[in-house]
Amino acid sequence: MEIGPIWRAMWRNKSGYILIALQIAVTLAIMVNAVAIIQERSGLMARASGIDEDNIFHATSLVFAPDLDQRSLINEDLAALREIPGVIDAIATNSVPMRNGGWSMGLQVEPGVGVDGTGTAIYFTDDHGIETFGLNLVAGRDFRPEEITWNEPDEVRWPPSVIITRALAEALFPDESFEDVVGKTVYINQDDPMQVLGIVDRMQAPWVGWESVERSALVPMLRESSITRYVVRTQPGMLNELMPVVEELLATRSDNRIIDGLRTMADTRKRAYLDHASMIKMLSFIVTLLITITALGIVGLASFSVTRRTRQIGTRRALGATRPEILRYFVLENLIVSICGTTLGAGIAIGLNIWMVSAFDLAPMSWPIVPVAMLALIGVGLLATAGPARRASLVPPAVATRAV
Amino acid sequence: MFRYFIKLGSLSIRKNPVLSALMVAAIAIGIGACMTVVNVYYVMNGDPIPAKSSELFYVQLDSWDPNEAVNDDGEPPDQVTYIDATALMAANRARRQVVSYQVGRVIQPEGEGARPFQVSGRASTADFFTMFDVPFQYGSGWDESADRSADQVVVLGRRTNDRVFGGEDSTGRRLVINGDSYRVVGVMDEWNPVPKFYDLTTGDFNDVEEVFMPFSVAIDKELSGWGNTNCWKPLGEGGWQAFLNSECVWMQMWVELGNEAEWAEYKAFLDAYTESQKALGRFQRPLNNSLLNVTEHLEAQEVVDDSVQILLVLAVLFLLVCLLNTIGLLLAKVMRRSGDVSLRRALGASRRAVFGQYITEAGMIGLAGGIIGIGLTRLGLTGIHVLYADLEWIDRVLGMDWVMVLTAVALAILSALAAALYPTWRAVRIHPASQLKSL
Repeated sequence: MEIGPIWRAMWRNKSGYILIALQIAVTLAIMVNAVAIIQERSGLMARASGIDEDNIFHATSLVFAPDLDQRSLINEDLAALREIPGVIDAIATNSVPMRNGGWSMGLQVEPGVGVDGTGTAIYFTDDHGIETFGLNLVAGRDFRPEEITWNEPDEVRWPPSVIITRALAEALFPDESFEDVVGKTVYINQDDPMQVLGIVDRMQAPWVGWESVERSALVPMLRESSITRYVVRTQPGMLNELMPVVEELLATRSDNRIIDGLRTMADTRKRAYLDHASMIKMLSFIVTLLITITALGIVGLASFSVTRRTRQIGTRRALGATRPEILRYFVLENLIVSICGTTLGAGIAIGLNIWMVSAFDLAPMSWPIVPVAMLALIGVGLLATAGPARRASLVPPAVATRAV
Repeated sequence: MFRYFIKLGSLSIRKNPVLSALMVAAIAIGIGACMTVVNVYYVMNGDPIPAKSSELFYVQLDSWDPNEAVNDDGEPPDQVTYIDATALMAANRARRQVVSYQVGRVIQPEGEGARPFQVSGRASTADFFTMFDVPFQYGSGWDESADRSADQVVVLGRRTNDRVFGGEDSTGRRLVINGDSYRVVGVMDEWNPVPKFYDLTTGDFNDVEEVFMPFSVAIDKELSGWGNTNCWKPLGEGGWQAFLNSECVWMQMWVELGNEAEWAEYKAFLDAYTESQKALGRFQRPLNNSLLNVTEHLEAQEVVDDSVQILLVLAVLFLLVCLLNTIGLLLAKVMRRSGDVSLRRALGASRRAVFGQYITEAGMIGLAGGIIGIGLTRLGLTGIHVLYADLEWIDRVLGMDWVMVLTAVALAILSALAAALYPTWRAVRIHPASQLKSL
């Protein structure tokens, strides 16, 4: 291992090597942070919403005629929807997960002003809610038809029962296991009691970036609102077929409203995470481009190094050095530059990450990214050197004797 | 002398086509990536109403829960309550003032086969149009008397007017909206401020609403807001009236003030109003009113996404990598042509001449890289358009104006010059005789 001579030879003409080392360092810093962000966002996108997304779509009914009997309209709409062959169930509600708009309230474990509340998303539903959303009831029971209340548009009189998600149960009663939360009373609007009838495994709130995104409550209430969101769940595979059927049915059932925003949950998810998905693509593109540019830089430096030392290589070969030894020389040279560069880069990467975490509220990166990225970049460097190193090894010994 | 440098520079570039092409490419790619992000940032961060942005101020009062701040930044809520908005409007202490909020409306056009359709609307007081310099195609906004007597008048957006009235001058004609008849008093021309500064609560870059109606009419018809309604205190009994009297924030208020003195006066008025409300049991939080102008408000509401800022940091570092690449390439070029330099030095060229020549050459490469970089920036912006195609407003932040074009070229030339400093210094240091020996 002739590291000493290699190092000293490099040091005599250090500028080119320092430049490549710096390039590798900055490339690593960008790579590590980009990968950290990609990881974080992919993780967020991979979260399940808790509902049967593949088979659910929703549409908004907007009533524009004044003084319409909303209650009958909604009741008849639901009856008609539930009768369609292929529809598992349907409800009239205010929002769906990942929609980016909805209703949130605070729930308290004790009544009164000034008590700390836990933020939760509110979904109005009836006794078909769990079936329509495809939720998993893990404790307690579903609503009974007689427990569903109706509300005027301006009034909100909270019913005495509620079904909550497991995350909400654990947030409200951290010292109990979630099954024991069934039967307990929570308070909404500071003073209005609601008894927890059941707990579902998981249902996300409409806002994917919200810290309380896993905390939702199903409230047994139908509202006489001019804006109603119908959610329909179909048998697997029948979604595309049934969407136009449902739209047609609702549109023709009444002339006093328009049907808008007919959308699948898949589309809703895509819109909710559009920023994340695009960011991932852009960062991946930047990282790929960056590695290519740095690799080309390494190829350039290695070629240059080989060209400059052609005479020296020839001489060494004439004196007995074998082809593999020449190859090894240049590979080692590149390895030294890469290791120096990536080590410096690791320092910059960690520093940059610390700053970005505080400036942009990112999650701190998982440290294994750094050594993996270093190895990857060193590997890229070796690949880049392969060509020029091989060219060096092919320099014939006769070069040493030439005058030119 | 400069022209001689340019001549030498172009000769040199032609003699080393591959190396020069690589250098131009390195700079072009770096500029392309960097300027794509800078462009988006520049548009998002831009002043949507430069003629008046320092005269328009957003009113924010901290009427929130004494036990819990509305957010972590210590700022007051981003909307005001009905009570406060109407009280401040009645006091009329600014040159101009406006209160508005977003509503959803369904337009029912007349005629066979005309189907009703939904539009976003805005309930607003009269001064909206004069305060925000809204351009009109036909007619104008309504005036104060229409506000006071709650006339059922409406201003349409150009697109809606095109759709319902075929683009004709519809002022004076009537239109049915949500079952009621309204008289058209004006049709707005194309107007989409970027960002939609007057209401950032529902989407920083959304379209301007298509239907404007008087605030008093909307309140009469009990139209609740289509945007965010945030309440910290439970509503009392009483339906709509209880909602109006509640501590829910759901409307936006702007005032127009001419100078510093007027601003100070109005701010003092707001504080005095808050104090008087404290005596009535409201505003239990410490005094925390806000009166920011347009650009300050945009910044406080963090219109420029974190994503854009992160990309900006990474794009600048990307440019740095490209520059390091360029330095390496320039160095290689200098080293290769060291014979050339020493010959010229031996023939009497001063150090300054060598320096000048190489810097000029770098500048030319920078210029070429910048021009190609503009093309790459356009490509990058198109790429973003494709990525975000589902976002209706994305095109609004992707326009490249001449400021950005000039910035791209300037950045390219400056970067090339900066990259050339070290290699040029090396070239200058070459001894006249050192390379001649091997010739």
